[in-house]
Amino acid sequence: MPDKPDRNAIEVVKVSKIFGSGEGQVAALDTVSVSIRENEFFTLLGPSGCGKTTLLRLIAGFDFPTAGEILLYGQDIAPLPPFKRPVNTVFQSYALFPHMTVAENIGFGLEMLGKPKAEIKARVDAMLKLVKMEALSARRTSQISGGQQQRVALARALAPQPKVLLLDEPLSALDYKLRKEMQIELKRLQHETGITFIFVTHDQEEALTMSDRIAVMSSGKILQVGSPRDIYDRPSERFVADFIGESNFLKAEVVGVSAGRATVKLSSGTEIPASLPEGLVPKGKVTIVVRPEHAQLSAASPSASLSGTVENIVYLGTDTHFHLRLADGEPFIVRRQNSRGTGDGIVQGGKVGILIGGDAAQVLKD
Amino acid sequence: MATAEEVAKAAERRDIRDRWLLSAPALLVIFLAATGPLLIVLVYSFLTPGSYGDVKWQFSPEAWIAVFLERDIFDDTLSVAAAHVTIFLRSIKLSVVTTIATLVLGFPTAYFMATRSEKTRDLWLFLITIPFWTNLLIRTFAVLQIIRNEGIVNTILLKLGIISSPIQILYTDTAILIGMAYVYLPLMVLPIYASMEKLDFRLVEAGYDLYATRFKVLRKIIFPLVKPGVIAGSILVFIPALGAYVTPSVLGGGKNMMLSNLIELQFGQGRNWPLGSALSIAVMIIVMVALLAYVRNAGKSGVRHG
Repeated sequence: MPDKPDRNAIEVVKVSKIFGSGEGQVAALDTVSVSIRENEFFTLLGPSGCGKTTLLRLIAGFDFPTAGEILLYGQDIAPLPPFKRPVNTVFQSYALFPHMTVAENIGFGLEMLGKPKAEIKARVDAMLKLVKMEALSARRTSQISGGQQQRVALARALAPQPKVLLLDEPLSALDYKLRKEMQIELKRLQHETGITFIFVTHDQEEALTMSDRIAVMSSGKILQVGSPRDIYDRPSERFVADFIGESNFLKAEVVGVSAGRATVKLSSGTEIPASLPEGLVPKGKVTIVVRPEHAQLSAASPSASLSGTVENIVYLGTDTHFHLRLADGEPFIVRRQNSRGTGDGIVQGGKVGILIGGDAAQVLKD
Repeated sequence: MATAEEVAKAAERRDIRDRWLLSAPALLVIFLAATGPLLIVLVYSFLTPGSYGDVKWQFSPEAWIAVFLERDIFDDTLSVAAAHVTIFLRSIKLSVVTTIATLVLGFPTAYFMATRSEKTRDLWLFLITIPFWTNLLIRTFAVLQIIRNEGIVNTILLKLGIISSPIQILYTDTAILIGMAYVYLPLMVLPIYASMEKLDFRLVEAGYDLYATRFKVLRKIIFPLVKPGVIAGSILVFIPALGAYVTPSVLGGGKNMMLSNLIELQFGQGRNWPLGSALSIAVMIIVMVALLAYVRNAGKSGVRHG
């Protein structure tokens, strides 16, 4: 499949959605804009109530935006009813039709589109094969397991060959092992079908594993859009850093800015380089974030970026977490991968130095 | 010493005996109240009518013959009892039309109720049951006030100049139909609502998502899933409609008889209890046959849940 990274499948332009009226009105989405590229696995990530499902429902057509436009390949689909949009949804509850067989469920969309019988049958068979459910095509949906229902829901949504597939937390009802399997399965299906996937989840690990790009949402706004690596390594806001992975937040003061990077002075007086989020020119006091595995421990010495006391050492097999207390009283965690036979003399209650490397620190917007 | 197994068995026997003893009063009432009278009616239908009502204890198949046939008073030849056939057909027709009318009115009503918020649903349910607070006869007279020649409908139409003389609705089949549809509507709405309330409306969204228009969603998703309610509602309306007595006598004016009126006639002025009994049993048979056919037919393409 030729990659056309410049084409946008979906463009959400300044969309707001307000539920209720008067005193009780709630803005589920607040002037959100985002572009989703063709053939992309795009994830909307955020805690419950952040507006991610609302955005998905607006794209599907189950709700209509209070303001703004939703473009599908340049055409505004916001006023269209769901049955006129070439977009299909995999529901959190699967919403399989209980009065139909597996095959009838998968063929439903094509039947409604008025496709000839032979074509429907061929397409249903292809879909059954794609999701490895050939053997169960004549079963009722109530007679198959949760994981199988999940596959049928996927096949049903993919069968009419939508331009965009919307997935509303489809893996949340599965157990851990099955969820892992389905993550890889979804990625495979996306590759094989070449359909743009928009995936909604509150599970950061799921988002990091599967997505090409992630939009992190909170309180009806999109905070940051980027590749999983971008989001993890270069969170732009405290919420993003906090929501995804573990973070150390440090107070610092900007002493110099040049070419998208800043030099900041830590509470210890040490100056270290830090990356800047796009478009930010920081001044004065800022918060910086350092991921626990991006900092190193050293012997306590004046050359270390920071120094602290070891409060707790948690051994986790593959790595060890060192819970430190800095000189200014703030907590700091360092994660270090274990290798065999290390005894490095770091003990609980001991003094250690912390090294923050050239690319480990990131200035936050807030 | 009894073994543990013997003790358990004895306990189980005691348990079963106790259950029978405890349910005996209820069973007795059911037998006396339901089966008893039915047996009496069945026996009466094979007896000879007494001259002043009542029956003579003398076997006779005459009553059963008279259900559909007529014996000529002069030469004893049998011919089809046109009056009875007409009444049977009218009753069945009116009951079927009433069922369809209540379904057409009740289905959207139930849908409307089921799609309200949980709090307002109870209010609607309450409103639907309000007519039950008033006596059937009084409600029927209320309908009479509305549709009679000097009633609200005709007065308004006359005042508006839409018609020049009152439309005769009262004492026609239409009047009976209006009355029955009004009286039996809640019996249709409630079971459909019960089914509809359990309907997962995410399935409706899934239908829209998969290119089904509103009508297709109704036909392919909502209707098949609430079918048990539709079947229950249709049965609940059809049976009492076929046996309706008050509504046809008040609104049909005794001119347009239905089965119950015919049966009542045999026990009253007609003084032919065996014929009345035979007609009653015949109605029961019709209901049973109709039900079996309906349920079997509806079940064929029906829902098979879990």
